[in-house]
Amino acid sequence: MKWKNLIKVAFKSIIKNKMRTLLTMLGIIIGVAAVIVMVAIGKGAEKRIQDQIASMGTNLITIFPGSMQSRGVRMGPDSGVRLTLDDVERLKKNATLIQAVSPMVRSGAQLIGGSGNWNSSVWGVSEQYLEIRDWPLSSGEFFSAADIRAQNKVCIIGQTIVKNLFAGEDPVGQQLRVGKIPFRIIGVLEEKGQGAFGQDQDDLLIAPYTTVLYRMSGRVHVNQILVRVVSLEQMSQAQAEITSIMRDAHKIAEGADDDFTVRNQTDIAATAQENIMLVSVTERTHEIGIRMAIGARSRDILVQFLIEAIVLSLSGGLIGVLLGFLATWVVNMATDWNTVIVPANVLLSFGFAGAVGVFFGYYPARKAAALNPIEALRYE
Amino acid sequence: MSDDRAVIRTDQIRKTYDSGEVQVEALKGIDLRIDPGELVAIMGASGSGKSTLLNILGCLDYPSGGEYFLDGIHVNGLDRDQLADIRNRKIGFVFQGFNLLARTTAFENVELPLLYSRLQDSSNVEQLTRQALERVGLADRTHHFPNQLSGGQQQRVAIARALVNQPAIILADEPTGNLDTRTSIEIMATLQELNRQGITVILVTHEHDIADYCKRIIEFRDGRIIRDEVVARPRDAAQDLVSGRWQASGLGERQ
Ligand SMILES: Nc1ncnc2c1ncn2[C@@H]1O[C@H](COP(=O)(O)OP(=O)(O)O)[C@@H](O)[C@H]1O
Ligand SMILES: [Mg+2]
Repeated sequence: MKWKNLIKVAFKSIIKNKMRTLLTMLGIIIGVAAVIVMVAIGKGAEKRIQDQIASMGTNLITIFPGSMQSRGVRMGPDSGVRLTLDDVERLKKNATLIQAVSPMVRSGAQLIGGSGNWNSSVWGVSEQYLEIRDWPLSSGEFFSAADIRAQNKVCIIGQTIVKNLFAGEDPVGQQLRVGKIPFRIIGVLEEKGQGAFGQDQDDLLIAPYTTVLYRMSGRVHVNQILVRVVSLEQMSQAQAEITSIMRDAHKIAEGADDDFTVRNQTDIAATAQENIMLVSVTERTHEIGIRMAIGARSRDILVQFLIEAIVLSLSGGLIGVLLGFLATWVVNMATDWNTVIVPANVLLSFGFAGAVGVFFGYYPARKAAALNPIEALRYE
Repeated sequence: MSDDRAVIRTDQIRKTYDSGEVQVEALKGIDLRIDPGELVAIMGASGSGKSTLLNILGCLDYPSGGEYFLDGIHVNGLDRDQLADIRNRKIGFVFQGFNLLARTTAFENVELPLLYSRLQDSSNVEQLTRQALERVGLADRTHHFPNQLSGGQQQRVAIARALVNQPAIILADEPTGNLDTRTSIEIMATLQELNRQGITVILVTHEHDIADYCKRIIEFRDGRIIRDEVVARPRDAAQDLVSGRWQASGLGERQ
């Protein structure tokens, strides 16, 4: 295709897909603004940010059912393989580098109590969960190993539930019905705020996993197993140890693939990003299939997407820079932190914008353009 | 070999789908010759391999074995870019689900193959696009978006897009599969008219009423051709629409 035509096609695509354009730009805008503000705030805040990352539990390891790589797509629990309480017991007994371990049984329920109804997630975990997540309570206490053995109907709730059902009053000691089952609230979690992907981390109820498994869900398998490793330095040894214990537990033959996945926190962030990109692959792969079916060459597709990515990155980056300036100014006025905007930071964030934009725009296109047209067309 | 005038010639085309443990032999050796000006219906039960063959003929997919000549070109040896150019210049593909770009006007959809063409001198893109839309009777709908058009109109846009580059052949996989009876016959009238103007058409259908408008019927079973017949007197879709005979003859009964 001629350059003039390619540019025309790219711009049309940007204008027509307003929602997608907006979302992509939003990502870049926020990213750039964040970089500028963080760099401007400088050393003083650096420690704070590091603490925050540490609070996510960097020596946290999560075990998922299913193998990670099945044609590049994570096989969910539907792949038939389950994690069980037996796995948890074996880890507890045999692992040497583990400080704490907890199964995670996820469910959801209508909560009734206080001033009304609230729909929330219910997580069944062990008494070591807070230690693993490094998550303090704001009042009350956590449940004990005895509560777990007895399948007691006690729970800890997050701040969002406190706000919505108890008008912010301390609910410790009160009753809360989870579905049909009455629970006693014994503790309240400290506020955690939004997660990396905008989810509300305080909208949850935590209960003994035995209670959730046997009294509520009737299942016997667990969604995930969480592990806290003794120290950061021993993460990779711990990962290897866990893998070998799990392979034994699942009787996996020498040379055969794992039927579970062991990931640390950084891997998980990367996977989340990968999944976001997979969504945009599907979204655009069908369109790329149509374009290939009527004669677009791979290069035509790649150039079109590259132009789109660059245009979005630059305009998103520009808005981000302006927002960053504004936010820095606000921080300056509102705190005693010493903020300095250095031209190099602005360049840095532009570079960042470019990288993010090209990554998100170009990567799906490259994947799709390598398919047969008919394979690309099957994505819907 | 390449001096004969066949638009399509295949020699023992095979296709095996390999999805993990199971292998499906979708085509078990297809020999086919289609000459210029033909209007061919490929029939057969669901799963008999019709789409698989059409996708290979349309260079949307590769055969697992056998030879394929399109308009004298030996397709097997071509690389990805050359195949893209073949799809662009030699083939117009029409899908059951239309496959138009959303939020993109009829005009822009039809124009797209011209934009991807490496030969096209861009001065007459607009004129060629208009002509293609006129040929399918949509001159007055050029600036409508797909969601503002009926199914039949969307399929016409897809047909206009297929013919805008003056291809050697139009391939249509169940082009009327998503349409009601009357609209299906309208689409067949359009394809018959284009065929009368000299365009070779192969279409897949599993409905006899649609195949009756074609000049030749090829029937598939289990990845093989089991019947290949010339239709003595194909029905005329335009006439059926005028006379309304499709209703009287019970064709209107099918869903
Ligand atoms: N992508 C694919 N992967 C595996 N098997 C397929 C695929 N596409 C088609 N098949 C199989 O090949 C056979 C022929 O399919 P198809 O050509 O779509 O038949 P038709 O169009 O006649 O209904 C069927 O058995 C179908 O299940
Ligand atoms: Mg089919």
